[in-house]
Amino acid sequence: MITVSINGATRQFPEPVSVAALIEEMVLTGKRIALERNGEIVPRSAFTTEQLADGDKLEVVVAVGGG
Amino acid sequence: MNEKLVIAGKSYSSRLLIGTGKYKDFTETKAAVDASGAEIVTIAIRRSNIGQNPNEPSLLEILPPSQYTLLPNSAGCYNAADAVRTLRLARELLEGHSLVKLEVLGDPQSLYPNVIETIAAAKILVDEGFQVMVYTSDDPIVAKHLEDIGCVAIMPLASLIGSGMGILNPWNLQLIMERVQVPVIVDAGVGTASDAAIAMELGCDGVLMNTAIAAAQHPVLMASAMKLAVEAGRFAYLAGRMPKKFYSASPSSPTENIIAPTDS
Repeated sequence: MITVSINGATRQFPEPVSVAALIEEMVLTGKRIALERNGEIVPRSAFTTEQLADGDKLEVVVAVGGG
Repeated sequence: MNEKLVIAGKSYSSRLLIGTGKYKDFTETKAAVDASGAEIVTIAIRRSNIGQNPNEPSLLEILPPSQYTLLPNSAGCYNAADAVRTLRLARELLEGHSLVKLEVLGDPQSLYPNVIETIAAAKILVDEGFQVMVYTSDDPIVAKHLEDIGCVAIMPLASLIGSGMGILNPWNLQLIMERVQVPVIVDAGVGTASDAAIAMELGCDGVLMNTAIAAAQHPVLMASAMKLAVEAGRFAYLAGRMPKKFYSASPSSPTENIIAPTDS
């Protein structure tokens, strides 16, 4: 099992788990999102190839109303 | 005579830019944006739900990037690093769209911009190929510096964010406009239509606002008022106002051929 932080929440997954699998688990597949892993952007094109590692800190964002 | 507003090589007919925060719901947001005639609308970048709300509506369905120029901001960031990360996420989210609004705040009470961190972030973003429209103080030296870094629009406050206090220092805006070649867009502080008109009469290239519309009793009606105010102010600026005189001794009606005075 690996432990990762997603938007400040702790989640555990059996290895291996890709970014794409994580996004599917969060019911965000196909949604307009962007993802950062340990401070670096993970481009959409790398979602299926990028594997999560223990201790990763992820931020998943959307567009919201704002000034 | 009324040329279009050009930002980073792209032309816009509307000189009113509006934010999408603080509306009752997305329906009202969309109605206000459409009533305002704004082509550039700001959005914020925030954490997504992570599965707890799979049917959450998306702002981008209401405001599709194909129809509006979305301007993601770094609102809520208090240092350069956070602002840069937020805007990198925005560029990824909007599939390479590089026009952004940089905003780095100084403290949560006043929401006054932190110009030191703003300058640091602007340098990084320009180097990374972003087209940076920058929210800043009304300091003309800072404004010029931000232009020299490569920002595509300078956006000084008229008064504090969300205050509705209007144009508190028109002279500083004048100093900025004299020194800066890129568009100068008043961002923050507008409270009502006359404030927007005054900004445009001063010669500003545009006005960006959010709360003045969203916090009005009738936001969609205020959005229409702002559209008219920005157009009126722009036309008045282009027309060139008459000079102010304490008194003129020059009545508007002819002074000759007035009928004979009444016998007393």
